[in-house]
Amino acid sequence: MLNGLEAIFFYLFAFVAVGSAFMVISSRNPVHSVLFLILTFFNAAGLFLLAGAEFLAMILLIVYVGAVMVLFLFVIMMLDVDFAEFKSGALQYAPIGALVGLILAAELVVVTGGYVLAPQLGSGAAKPIPDLATRSNTAALGDILYTDYIHFFQMAGIVLLVAMIGAIVLTLRHKQGVKRQNIARQNARTLEEAIEVRKVETGKGI
Amino acid sequence: MDTFFSFYVLPALIILLKSVVLIVVLLIFVAYILYADRKIWAAVQLRRGPNVVGPWGLFQAFADLLKFVFKEPIIPSGANKGVFLLAPLVSAVVAMTAWAVIPVNEGWAIANINVGILYVLAISSLEVYGVIMGGWASNSKYPFLGALRSAAQMVSYEVSIGFVIVTVLLCVGSLNLTDIVMSQQDGLGTRLGLTNSFLDWHWLGLFPMFVIFIISAMAETNRPPFDLVEAESELVAGHMVEYSSTAFLLFFLGEYVAVVLMCALTTILFLGGWLPPVDVAVLNWVPGIIWFVLKVCFVFFIFSMAKAVLPRFRYDQLMRLGWKVFLPISLFMVVATAAFLKLTGFA
Repeated sequence: MLNGLEAIFFYLFAFVAVGSAFMVISSRNPVHSVLFLILTFFNAAGLFLLAGAEFLAMILLIVYVGAVMVLFLFVIMMLDVDFAEFKSGALQYAPIGALVGLILAAELVVVTGGYVLAPQLGSGAAKPIPDLATRSNTAALGDILYTDYIHFFQMAGIVLLVAMIGAIVLTLRHKQGVKRQNIARQNARTLEEAIEVRKVETGKGI
Repeated sequence: MDTFFSFYVLPALIILLKSVVLIVVLLIFVAYILYADRKIWAAVQLRRGPNVVGPWGLFQAFADLLKFVFKEPIIPSGANKGVFLLAPLVSAVVAMTAWAVIPVNEGWAIANINVGILYVLAISSLEVYGVIMGGWASNSKYPFLGALRSAAQMVSYEVSIGFVIVTVLLCVGSLNLTDIVMSQQDGLGTRLGLTNSFLDWHWLGLFPMFVIFIISAMAETNRPPFDLVEAESELVAGHMVEYSSTAFLLFFLGEYVAVVLMCALTTILFLGGWLPPVDVAVLNWVPGIIWFVLKVCFVFFIFSMAKAVLPRFRYDQLMRLGWKVFLPISLFMVVATAAFLKLTGFA
């Protein structure tokens, strides 16, 4: 189990993650919520590192914190939603929320309680193949995604591509009469067709 | 108790000492990089640049430091105080954090981790938060516009930086920064029968990616000609408008540390890190760190000249360059490099 420094860091990351996750839903300002969510992701990455999954930790930072959260923050800053007004009607959903929370809590108790009551459950958990000591988990993940299951991986990629193109098509509007810049045509212009030099006599005009 | 000391306290103290040495050296280096930037810029414009404080103005950066620190910090009354003060800290701390994995010589890295390049990519993608937080918390129009611009700009250019890094990784076969440098000992030059030299480094074999990386690095660090985030003529100073004294200094410092980081990354990925340009005895006597610093200075000179001679991009041109020019080229190069390595069996 955890001991020494590892335990200290585990509890540090875990407590900050839970605390900042709580602040995400309790802070009044939506921008503060997003900033706390970023802190939560950071601590989740720290937990991944402790578990030896350094690739997942870095990808979590690059994808979620570096890209997704930036766009999130971008949208929330632009929209300027008044969340106090938004939250006033939220109490009517409290029973449903409480039900979902109860189910989740019960499931957590069942899962963790299972390990306490029957410790042999732990030995049935999947072990990384090949052993982590012999192969870095970046290479192991690459083997699985790009060698063993390449077709499924490509298919998942195509599904995402279709979704992306669909979103673009839905929001694409062709306006009539908009002056657009044609970069290729601009670059193809030569000095001769762009300007014309005329000899103007003094006091005459063109 | 004795084992506790030798297992935990001693390594922690050693790491702390290494970090302090790195940060002090880095900050002094940044002070002179800043001086060099101003001198180069002045020389291009036939001015003299900083020349008053110390011999040839060498202590100008330290005079600026003292000036900023002793100024009165002003917080706008409408600002979101916590985030306003946090933003410059995020900007400076994040920029310095990435240096933990940069190897400046063989074995001279504070943390020689297996996913080093991913770590640098992750940390450099966080630098945008300092700008966004500062721009939003100032509660003012210009900083806010600067923050919006920077969010879109950084996300766009990270895509092409990511693909450039993937092509280098394809050639190397490792995410470790030390391995990336060591793999450049042999390459194109040795295959042609020459001795180990600068022709082996990735800049030659992956020349288009080298160019794309340098340009994307300029855009990623908001350097001119891509400094739309703080364009003086349109946004006054972007996210830094409302900042003064130490908070402004931290933004400024974070920006330059990030620029030097990008120069160091270019050196590691494309210019052979600490390797000497030609593998002969005289050049091998020079310590690797000297070569590393010289190469970083060379890349910074390119950055500096670009700032001095190029006009600023328009925002739609910037987006076009990122998405319609760099993204297709780098995507094609990833596929082409992978196919080449597979077919010829070079990797």
